[in-house]
Amino acid sequence: MASSSWTPDQPIVALTDVHKSFGDLEVLKGVSLSVMKGEVICIIGPSGSGKSTLIRCINALNDIQSGSITVEGLEVHDPDLDKLALRKKVGMVFQQYNLFPHKTALQNIMMAPIKVLKEPADQVRERARALLKKVRLEGKEDAYPGELSGGQQQRVAIARALAMTPDVMLFDEVTAALDPETVKEVLVTIKDLAADGMTCILVTHEMGFAREVADHIYFTDRGVIVEHGPPDTFFKEAKDPRTKEFLSQIL
Amino acid sequence: MRRDPISTRRPPPLEGATDLPVMKPFHLPHGGRGAADLWVGAATDRRLGLALGLTLLCWVLIDSAHAQVQADADQTVFQTLVKWTPLMLFGPEGEFGGFTLNILVSFLAMAIGTFLGLWLGIGQVSPIPWLRRVSWLVTQVFRNSPWLVLLFYVMLLIPFQVEIFGEDYDIPGWTKATFALSLPIMANVSEIVRGAIASIPTGQWESAESLAFSRRQTLWSIILPQCVKRMLPPWMNWYCILTMSTPLMSILGVNDGMTLTQNALAAEGRSEFLIPLYLWLMSWFFLYSYPIAVYTRRLERRFVVKQ
Repeated sequence: MASSSWTPDQPIVALTDVHKSFGDLEVLKGVSLSVMKGEVICIIGPSGSGKSTLIRCINALNDIQSGSITVEGLEVHDPDLDKLALRKKVGMVFQQYNLFPHKTALQNIMMAPIKVLKEPADQVRERARALLKKVRLEGKEDAYPGELSGGQQQRVAIARALAMTPDVMLFDEVTAALDPETVKEVLVTIKDLAADGMTCILVTHEMGFAREVADHIYFTDRGVIVEHGPPDTFFKEAKDPRTKEFLSQIL
Repeated sequence: MRRDPISTRRPPPLEGATDLPVMKPFHLPHGGRGAADLWVGAATDRRLGLALGLTLLCWVLIDSAHAQVQADADQTVFQTLVKWTPLMLFGPEGEFGGFTLNILVSFLAMAIGTFLGLWLGIGQVSPIPWLRRVSWLVTQVFRNSPWLVLLFYVMLLIPFQVEIFGEDYDIPGWTKATFALSLPIMANVSEIVRGAIASIPTGQWESAESLAFSRRQTLWSIILPQCVKRMLPPWMNWYCILTMSTPLMSILGVNDGMTLTQNALAAEGRSEFLIPLYLWLMSWFFLYSYPIAVYTRRLERRFVVKQ
């Protein structure tokens, strides 16, 4: 494995000609993209275009059939990949929050660093409290997920992923299951994170948000990247008819 | 070509729906879900229990009065019940047995069955194909065998005596019965565990996976703790069934409550005591199990409402 060869001037995440099928259904038909450290990229596109699959391939939740994916020089497509090493580098937040319902907010955040990284509990507790503060949930330490709103749960989920001190964060439609009024608090949290220099890859339907925070936007349709570019040019000067149609429906 | 990690690392898709009563949609008699309806449900429980208890008591009274007329004047049915109660409860002097042995066997068989069943259930969702298949087979064999046949089998299979370092040790019948009764419990607990694990949303596995938890860590610290609540009502249900089945060992000559009741009857040699004595024994089982059954139903209801 070539993890030592990665330097910050190379893409932190790079996908080259990635193909992925579920049985006979080809979901990704040769996707390539690259992300530099500290960049924020948004992946947009119609439902079923393979956005979520794409992002899940990056931390090996889904396996790929051909092509290559590297994260900080780790070859994700390698069958002998050390998945735990990869997942220590990559944090992920899901649409359905997926908090552990039998643990409090603080315990949710502390669990992985203690059990996986074997860090001392006192040290982790301090960091977890700081993270809760960062996602503006001070005082909710002892609340169980069932006692929190969707937006609050999602922010705990973000803090939980951050507790592993990842280098890259993946967000898979994290606001899609939320009430409109709680969407904003989650987006603000992600914006803060981006401002701090965290490398973020987002799958989102929030066009205004994508325009505001993204350094680069990728538009996917039917398993391929149709068009990509910086937000200003992407939203104003889309060339491909598929992009134009999608944008006209959504904006 | 590589296989998808989801399909290889997560428990395989499981055939058939879960048979956990707790997971089935629950409708209260009045179709409502409020606290008032719950209270009505609990009250129904209480009324039912009272009715059953009273029926039992009346039966004993009427029957004993009837028997008293027929019996010789020197011994009433009540005197007979009192006379045999110590034997039926605790066994003959200097020897452990009776109804308390039934309870002891139920405890031990449940403990052994739960321990073995937990591992078997985890085996059923193992990513290792052969382990999964063997666990499934063992579960199905013991789940679908009559308990009495299992009892006979174990009794015949395990020797009556063993020789350790030149000394002969007796293996008491009740320990063999305990082991035999723990087998169907093991199989049913295995199914409860499998069903509970399958009922946890896959998102829990995925988020644990993305936090770099290993499969084992995910299972023990994230999935199984969430299963406990779902497993408790069916588990308690099986405990009741097991307790009711412990008199089966009387067929194999163990001095349990049933055998000793038969002995008492044989000693009295009068058929008019037959019904009162068996009713007496039955009422003990009822008084022991009914509260557990009520509590189980309450737990089920609570968990259904919460979900």
